[in-house]
Amino acid sequence: MHERIREKLSILADAAKYDVSCSSSGSDRKNTGKGIGDTGSGICHTYTEDGRCVSLLKILLTNFCIYDCAFCVSRSSNDVKRAAFTVEEVVELTMNFYRRNYIEGLFLSSGIFKNADYTMERMLRIVKKLRLEENYNGYIHLKTIPGASEELLTEAGLYADRMSINLEMPTESGLKLLAPEKSHEEVKRELGLIRDQSQAYNSERKLIKSTPKFVPAGQSTQMVVGATPETDKDIMHTADAYYKNFSLKRVYYSGYIPISHDARMPVIGTQPPLLRENRLYQTDWLMRFYDFDVKEILDEQHPNLDMEIDPKLSWALRNPHLFPIDINTADYKMIIRVPGIGIRSAQKIIAARKFGRLHIYQLRKMGIAYNRAQYFIRCADSSFQLNEPEPIQLRKTILQNSKSKYRSGVPEQLSLF
Amino acid sequence: MLYSDTQTYVFDGSFYGLLSAVFESYERKHKRVKLFCKDVYEPDIFSEHLDVAMDPAKAIRVWNGLKQKISPTHQKHFYSAYLSEQDIIFQHLFDYAHYIFDHPKGYDSNYGHEAVLSITQMSQKVHREKHRMEAFIRFKKGNNGLFFALINPDYNVIPLITRHFKNRYADQAWIIYDEKRKYGIHYDLQNIHEVQIDFRQEQSLVPASDDISLDEKEELYTLLWKDYFKSTNIEARRNMKLHIQHVPRRYWRYLTEKEDTYW
Repeated sequence: MHERIREKLSILADAAKYDVSCSSSGSDRKNTGKGIGDTGSGICHTYTEDGRCVSLLKILLTNFCIYDCAFCVSRSSNDVKRAAFTVEEVVELTMNFYRRNYIEGLFLSSGIFKNADYTMERMLRIVKKLRLEENYNGYIHLKTIPGASEELLTEAGLYADRMSINLEMPTESGLKLLAPEKSHEEVKRELGLIRDQSQAYNSERKLIKSTPKFVPAGQSTQMVVGATPETDKDIMHTADAYYKNFSLKRVYYSGYIPISHDARMPVIGTQPPLLRENRLYQTDWLMRFYDFDVKEILDEQHPNLDMEIDPKLSWALRNPHLFPIDINTADYKMIIRVPGIGIRSAQKIIAARKFGRLHIYQLRKMGIAYNRAQYFIRCADSSFQLNEPEPIQLRKTILQNSKSKYRSGVPEQLSLF
Repeated sequence: MLYSDTQTYVFDGSFYGLLSAVFESYERKHKRVKLFCKDVYEPDIFSEHLDVAMDPAKAIRVWNGLKQKISPTHQKHFYSAYLSEQDIIFQHLFDYAHYIFDHPKGYDSNYGHEAVLSITQMSQKVHREKHRMEAFIRFKKGNNGLFFALINPDYNVIPLITRHFKNRYADQAWIIYDEKRKYGIHYDLQNIHEVQIDFRQEQSLVPASDDISLDEKEELYTLLWKDYFKSTNIEARRNMKLHIQHVPRRYWRYLTEKEDTYW
């Protein structure tokens, strides 16, 4: 009895783990009426030995799938053990894990068995049972099934906190190469549908306060990186377009981990491109929180990110005419562009300089990475410099004085310049 | 060397005691004060000290005074920093109160000032520990239906996590017990009570790790959670340094998914 559920969980958790979305924030479901669960700014309940956060119970409803996408471990031609949960099993697992404070909620995805609507309908039954019968207000992230009907998608939106559908590959041609049955057009149709419904519900809520929530934590998507030969520019320009056109909350980048002997993709045993993935996320952060336009970081001349230094430093070295800035007078927008200064420190600087000019020791205490920032800022007690160092020299100096966690271990990823 | 006009105050370690010390210093016009908690103060025969009496009325006057001069965010920072129980922070809180009272409104955001910055930074540390407890608490279900968890946080964060757990787990009774500080909170489906448990006598409320008193399904869900934790890991991305950075070893014995690794 126990063995069967243990085996199912192992198979269906293993198959779901390549979906990297882990967020449990952005929703504001309250526990009214003494039920169970609420959502807020998100909690990572634990971290696996790969260092990734575990926030949600991330499982597939089933790993049976009619599609044969080359990059996917559950592709129909792959010889793996198959399993399927019942609706009750998923509900039981979710509730019992949640009650023990193991998780923030459920992340439910699925292989496609029979057809899209058949699969989507079962996923919908799970979320409805959780919300309506268990009085559960915890987080639910629902993957939508490509090709599912408008009615089912819209109904699911009333119960899920977040919905997502993956682009899989950064470009349509890359996707066609590995997953001929899928298309970006279908992804756009579903993202667009949920976006439009969401806007409709939001404007209705302005008139009628009791209008139900509709996907309150918004939508996200994921791209696999390194399976196909797209440049970082291709990836980030695609991400930018989807952020803008579909008001996405997040785009996830998943470094491809070889899981097949398919000649179209990297061979099994190749290291996943962890450093590249990290640089892509840094770029994503610069776009979302630091007010950078993607074109400032990646363009025709610079189609790929610098692997040795982070994208903010890389940008600053390409724009020496903008620096150094005076920390005591510069705009907030410019302060957050300084390598080594983050949002929080920038806010502290803006607040504190009203009380007097700021000195180097104060910035250090506030927690900025002064060793890096020093070349780009002037403080009250900065010494006067006649000649600003050349960017190439500066890059060398900074690299010599900093220690990258990637420097050893994954040398094949470092490109030479 | 202390300045000759520096006074030494010793308070009881309580929040009200700390605020009472601030009150006393203004009443006695003492500008320079070294503040000690009575648990760590070692008197020497050459110096005198003032034992500050904890006085709720005086404390509340000081607190209301602070509230009028600092933002709600900084009020939270002040209280959170206090919960760190660090000796050095008591002095910073005392100095901070003086700094705030001696300056016009708005100086609570002068992060260039040592006391202001250190309180914000300590509050952030305490907040991180609060957040960790919201993440790392693992309830076990007893056969009496009560969910219970033992914790051992770096700082005294129970006052900060109470609301979160009350809101979230409103339909189940639970206990969270701080092993280090020897007190806990009990939610009985209506209210929160502070509890102190003598583990040698009180068997009824919190079952020991004795399996007999656990819910019959507890073992299964413990097992399933451990299975899940292993299955969701990607071996090709193994990164133990990052793992330990996020889940420091001192928490392992309280984490269901790590307890086997700890023992």
